[in-house]
Amino acid sequence: MEKIFRNLSLSSASLVFIILIGIFITLFLASKDAINEFGIGFITNPNWNKEISIEIDAKSSNETIKNSKVNEIEDFNLESDLFSDEDDIMIDDEDDIIIDEDDMLFNEDIKTTFTDYGALVPIVGTILTTLIALIFALPIAMGIAVFLSEIAPKNIAYPIGIAIELLAAIPSIIFGMWGLYYFAPIIADLVGGYQVSLLTAGLVLGVMILPFMAAITRDSMNTTPDVLKESAYAMGATKFEVIKDIIFPYSKVGIIGSIILALGRALGETMAVAFLIGSIFALPTAINSPTISIPVAMANNFGEASGLGESSLFYLALILFVISFTIISIAKLYFLKKAS
Amino acid sequence: MRLLINKIVLGLSTLSALIGLAFLGWILVTLFIKGLGSFHFTLFLNDLINGGLRNLIIGQFILAGIAAAIGIPLGMVAGIYIQEYGRGKYAEVIRNLSDIMMSAPSIVIGAFVYAIIVVPTGGTSGFAGAIALAIMMLPIVINTTDNMLSLVPRELREAGIALGASKYKVIIDIVIKAAKVGIMTGILLAFARIIGETAPLLFTSETSNYFSLDLTESFPSLTVSIYDLANEPEQSSRDLAWAASFILTVLVLTINLAGRFFTRNKKS
Amino acid sequence: MKKMLTIALASAITATTIYASDIIKGSGASFPYSVYQKWIKAYNKETGIKIDYIKKGSSKGIKDAKARSVDFAGTDKPLSPKALKAAGLYQFPAVVGAITMGYNLPDVKDLKLSRKAIVAIAAGKVKFWDDKVIAQANPGVKLPHKALTFVHRADGSGTTYNFTYFLSKASKGWRKAYGAKKALSWPGNQHIGGKTNSGVAALLKQTAYSVGYIDYADAKNNDIKMASVENRAGNYIVPTLKSFQAAAAKAKLDPKKDFYSIIADPKGADSYPMVAATFILVPSEKPEINKDITKFYRWCYTDAQEIAKSLGFVPLPKELITKIETYWDTKGIK
Repeated sequence: MEKIFRNLSLSSASLVFIILIGIFITLFLASKDAINEFGIGFITNPNWNKEISIEIDAKSSNETIKNSKVNEIEDFNLESDLFSDEDDIMIDDEDDIIIDEDDMLFNEDIKTTFTDYGALVPIVGTILTTLIALIFALPIAMGIAVFLSEIAPKNIAYPIGIAIELLAAIPSIIFGMWGLYYFAPIIADLVGGYQVSLLTAGLVLGVMILPFMAAITRDSMNTTPDVLKESAYAMGATKFEVIKDIIFPYSKVGIIGSIILALGRALGETMAVAFLIGSIFALPTAINSPTISIPVAMANNFGEASGLGESSLFYLALILFVISFTIISIAKLYFLKKAS
Repeated sequence: MRLLINKIVLGLSTLSALIGLAFLGWILVTLFIKGLGSFHFTLFLNDLINGGLRNLIIGQFILAGIAAAIGIPLGMVAGIYIQEYGRGKYAEVIRNLSDIMMSAPSIVIGAFVYAIIVVPTGGTSGFAGAIALAIMMLPIVINTTDNMLSLVPRELREAGIALGASKYKVIIDIVIKAAKVGIMTGILLAFARIIGETAPLLFTSETSNYFSLDLTESFPSLTVSIYDLANEPEQSSRDLAWAASFILTVLVLTINLAGRFFTRNKKS
Repeated sequence: MKKMLTIALASAITATTIYASDIIKGSGASFPYSVYQKWIKAYNKETGIKIDYIKKGSSKGIKDAKARSVDFAGTDKPLSPKALKAAGLYQFPAVVGAITMGYNLPDVKDLKLSRKAIVAIAAGKVKFWDDKVIAQANPGVKLPHKALTFVHRADGSGTTYNFTYFLSKASKGWRKAYGAKKALSWPGNQHIGGKTNSGVAALLKQTAYSVGYIDYADAKNNDIKMASVENRAGNYIVPTLKSFQAAAAKAKLDPKKDFYSIIADPKGADSYPMVAATFILVPSEKPEINKDITKFYRWCYTDAQEIAKSLGFVPLPKELITKIETYWDTKGIK
């Protein structure tokens, strides 16, 4: 019995290991087509779902297509190409312009174009929204934590603390809806630009991680032993000095931990950002221009993707998984090890 | 000068607390006004097909319930391993991995389950959604169990062993009992977290207009339906989305509060 | 506590096995989703028959139909008779919808957009509203010198497919460079994308000096101004149910070819150009379920026309319904 229980618990614990490895392997296999097609250059490629024409001669086999010269389709000239010949515009045979993935199933002809996918835009979008969220939330969260643990009297700090913890539990989809209909219009009025943008998405994300960050930061501040604080006060230190010289150094690890956890949440957050980021595959040119993040690219396109497009989305998922895994691991294994 | 800086800093910190609370208050007020405005008790009696939310609420509970039924026992036993049996590197590795997994993006878990269950079985299913939620829940339960067990004094265990009880008996009868309240609270909070999840369900269980207990088909989900409804053209759908959001929030907060109440009662 | 959980799990599993699903399952095109959804709801109220339709996009719908994982599938893009035969599917049209050019221009009403202007806007060639290409069709209208923002769908969709199909018909250059697509990387740098038609609607409302393609229902429900669009005959047609019907009447849908045809940009002086028919696929070997499905669509064609109209969809013309009935009859699924 003892043995059974021991083994049971060992295998349950190993399940964590198996699932994580499983996620990695599954995502890798599912994105294999895209990895083979685009390689590591996927990360720095700003195209997404972009048609590229391939120059091929009639004899060339599939192998040579890949090696042949790839040209971006040239931007057509509106004036000369359009309506140059009225009759030519009317398409008699409806079939000839039904170009889509499905037709590849029926059409054995050699492809003359291929669709290019790259991850640069969603990667940049993810990093920038997370950054904006952190910049916005960090000072406020620290303020709330200091207020709750040091400034507010116990009978106020307790209910507010509970309120903040409860707010951390509100499902993220609600932040998204609120952000789109109530928050974004105000920001757009203040800053200009679009209501859906890097900025509004980042700020709403910031509001979302705020209570979470504040609650765990407060918890780590509260771990400071009262004896330390009291002896500092006894020596005539002001509250600020106690916070700066006693509490912050003592609870540094916890605070960094809380920031990292919030970062992890912000990186992978889907629903709050999906309503607000604008969802276009274009690098943001300004803080108030729309773009897209990895989770949103997945949420928007997974349902209807197939073939190389689906594989590329899995590739995106793999990248997101690796990024968040790396950040959190560095934090855990570096900061926390160092502190303990 | 010192006093002035002190005042400024304390003032700033209070101010930022107020700003933070104002934001969060704003969201709640919006939610209550919009949600209560379109709330009606008949929402609990009709399914989505007839303009209600009954099937969605029940469906969400079933999904989260099955996830809990899978995630809680596994997570607890795994937590016990890390705290009670594990020695040296391996337990430490699992502990770290579990911590990391807690922060794994939920949409990635959705994509994972999509690849291992939805694709092979040929379609979305309630089962796939429940598995995705269970994977989300597992590390949270492990973490809670691990933490709570670590608070149980060593003497208790030693006393048990000294009485001649076997180790697993000591763990189940003494250690778990001592940490029960904390673990229960943690589990309730974990449940509250997964019941509000949308992203892992988007392509695993999707949602359904009808009441269903068939876990092999697309399964009704409150959160996924909120996302769909918020994107439909008619104002009535969006109102329903707000009402559903309101119900979801009340639900999550109630479970949360229940967890806290539970802890407080047992402590006193 | 563990016992409780085990019991809960066990009972959940037994409940699942006892409970047999009696839902007719469909999936596919998102373009007609809103009207299907309303039809399904009304039909359920009237008959108690349960139908579920999940919007996954046309290509996944086609896949599902081929894999027989659904009872019927919706697609915006018809399959050729050859492809249908290979996959063992029957096909018939369900409803006709229209796409409009919604715009947000304070102080401008009754905007007219030529075919050329629409292509130019979509191609990212129009920087400002007072560009010649727009101004030409709008004499007497004071167009502002403001940057134009083009709003499009960010997710893959049948609406985008039908819109780009129209563009391909309107412009050889477009056809060569982009073709008809469910999703594409839009050229230029003055565009933003919204998820689903409602997302586009929200963006159009929020963004001053924007223009975008959007289905009629969403535009109407959101009070978005819709431009008149130049049709094949060179007339500017206001998007109304009547002009959509005029377009639908010109549709050449032939039952002998399994209705394989795309109706965009029809002839006719009064036809609104940006219209699209959407189709239903059913597996040929399941006549019993197919009869339930055709019964549902017969009801949609006749009894539920008003529902379609209320959402800006065009009920199929009478002659076409007769043709479909005959088609069902010959296939033994009536």
